[in-house]
Amino acid sequence: MTGDHQTLALLLFSTFVAVTLGITTWVGRRRHGSAEEFYAGGRLFSPMENGFAISGDYMSAASFLGISGLIALYGYDGMLYSVGFLVAWLVVLFLVAELVRNCGRFTLADVVAARMRERPVRIAAGTSSVTVSVLYLVAQMVGAGSLVALLLGGTSEAARTWTVIGVGALMVVYVSLGGMRATTWIQIVKAVLLLGGTLTLTALVLVRFHGDVDRLLRTAAERSGHGEAFLAPGLAYGGDWVSRFDFISLGLALVLGTAGLPHILSRFYTVPTARAARRSVVWSIGLIGGFYLMTIVLGFGAAALVGPDTVRASNAAGNTAVPLLALDLGGGAQSTGGTVLFAVVAAVAFATILAVVAGITLASSASVAHDLYASLRRRRTEPRGEVAVARVAAVGIGAVAIGLGLLARDLNVAFLVGLAFAVAASANLPVLLYSLFWRGFTTRGAVWAVYGGLVPAVVLVLLSPVVSGSPQALFPGVDFQCFPLQNPGLVSIPLGFLAGWLGTVTSPEAPDEAKHAETEVRSLTGAGAV
Amino acid sequence: MQSSNDRPRGVGGGPESAAGHRAAPGGAHVDTASGPRQDELGHDDLRYDDPWYDALASGWGEPAGPGAPEPAVPSMRREPAVEPSRAAADVYVQVQRSAAFQEVRSRYRRFVVPAVVAFFLWYVAYVVTATTAPGLMARPVAGAVNVAMVAGLGQFLTTFLLTWAYARHARLRRDRAALELRWDTQELTRGARGGVS
Repeated sequence: MTGDHQTLALLLFSTFVAVTLGITTWVGRRRHGSAEEFYAGGRLFSPMENGFAISGDYMSAASFLGISGLIALYGYDGMLYSVGFLVAWLVVLFLVAELVRNCGRFTLADVVAARMRERPVRIAAGTSSVTVSVLYLVAQMVGAGSLVALLLGGTSEAARTWTVIGVGALMVVYVSLGGMRATTWIQIVKAVLLLGGTLTLTALVLVRFHGDVDRLLRTAAERSGHGEAFLAPGLAYGGDWVSRFDFISLGLALVLGTAGLPHILSRFYTVPTARAARRSVVWSIGLIGGFYLMTIVLGFGAAALVGPDTVRASNAAGNTAVPLLALDLGGGAQSTGGTVLFAVVAAVAFATILAVVAGITLASSASVAHDLYASLRRRRTEPRGEVAVARVAAVGIGAVAIGLGLLARDLNVAFLVGLAFAVAASANLPVLLYSLFWRGFTTRGAVWAVYGGLVPAVVLVLLSPVVSGSPQALFPGVDFQCFPLQNPGLVSIPLGFLAGWLGTVTSPEAPDEAKHAETEVRSLTGAGAV
Repeated sequence: MQSSNDRPRGVGGGPESAAGHRAAPGGAHVDTASGPRQDELGHDDLRYDDPWYDALASGWGEPAGPGAPEPAVPSMRREPAVEPSRAAADVYVQVQRSAAFQEVRSRYRRFVVPAVVAFFLWYVAYVVTATTAPGLMARPVAGAVNVAMVAGLGQFLTTFLLTWAYARHARLRRDRAALELRWDTQELTRGARGGVS
């Protein structure tokens, strides 16, 4: 990577940072400091705006660079991810979005606590939401560090350290000063940039092949050295039964986890009604589906035009496939076009990470202030006081994320995103579905459902090959591995549902019929919704 | 307490009902609703100005007859609450037992349950086949396109189709009835709260 790339990319980074900081101050100018405004942006966004913001929250750099890279390296097996990431939205649309919008206020715990004894349920749901957010956040922070180092060519420790600190500081500024309104606008800007960049590259790939997708696929297969096998599953996950079950586990976690991600759930509260929440999910399914279709073209395009060997030589995980493809599409490393496209891709990837971390930080600060702090501190806090706590919590979470990001910067943290989805699917989804749909659900069931999913998911990962006992593990030196899969979803998701059922049937208290009636009526009609 | 099946006819009967509805949320939201939001709601509401009866094939319009269920008996095990919230809670039980609500709920479930089962099985079948039977997935269909490609793009296609079908079903079959139930419930809740305190 030459100096030209770096200068231009840095210029574009700075522009994006300046624009987003401008949005934050512009939004902060008119703030009143109410909880409604800080957590939900005043609930006045339109479905289209919120649809773009949801896609902005969801399409991480891992999707943009990671999935295309996997396709470039392993062909069809990379595509399995994008299918899982998209199909997950049907769970959100059918079972979660409208109902959660109707009966909650700011967080997942609001929905559950409406039916149950508030304190234990809030503490449980708050804990699992914060866990999911921190896992996701650390993955993004470490990714940001290595990505920027990779794209700018500076692999020095100092550059990565400062990137992680810089990203952390920016997200704290966005969230604590701008709240949900600024975060939403940043997501919208990012989604437009990301979709625009992807669309341009996809169009260029298709033009290169004169619109002949068949020839694109054939060229990719030839260049990969695997022939026809490149276009069929099996190169990455077909090795043995462990890796097969591993992928099935990940697939389940992806499809069921999305509906339990706190930063996705909190987005439904930024629109005025359940109908608007539904329409924003429809928007985001269109945008996200289009995006993943384009990443498939980009992945096979990179395999065809750059070649898997070149990609692997640049980055073993394939994360540089799209930047290299951009360089090639623009006319090669020495050309102006190549330089510009490369810098644009780098800047878009950076914008993506910044926006995603801001969204997660906001959701987890809401969980800390609205659920954990408000319950652990017996006295009811004033809404204004709660917002102040949330701002402080955003700073604290930023500090934790920076710290963990720096500690983990040399580790292979790719599994963390899959783990975050697995925890969301095992701890958040069962309790959410049970409280929305099960008449007999009780407080004990709710608490057991959360911990019964959260604890197994975390423990199984600690005992898995990602932590110990394999060359790529976090601690390759020791070996206490006894669970074969890298992703715990296949076991922990059923356990979460089972624990919720078990807790309910063994519960001494009878379910509260009136509270169930209230939840059911409110969730389907929107009566009393805020 | 009023029986739930005579109320909505008074509320949802004529063209003047829209104005009445628009006034409702402001009164019912004593807690958090802010000014601009109510305007938005009112604006949203205008789209529902047309006659209500098409959407409600059955339910509110039909008198339940002498066998109509009594307003819910507060259960013994419920922890003692202050009187107004108890009355408000009864409203929800009452609405939950009404034919109109049960109709909305069953329309929702009749669509969502089969759709969730279908797409979930289809997705699991896809993932399991892709990981365990790559040979089958590698069969060519046309040109470079094989079974795996067709199945993968099929997942995208079914997701888009189901999204469209759900949005259409909700818009045509549920929205209007749910909105009417919402205002009625809020009105009843307000009545219950106001009546006691």
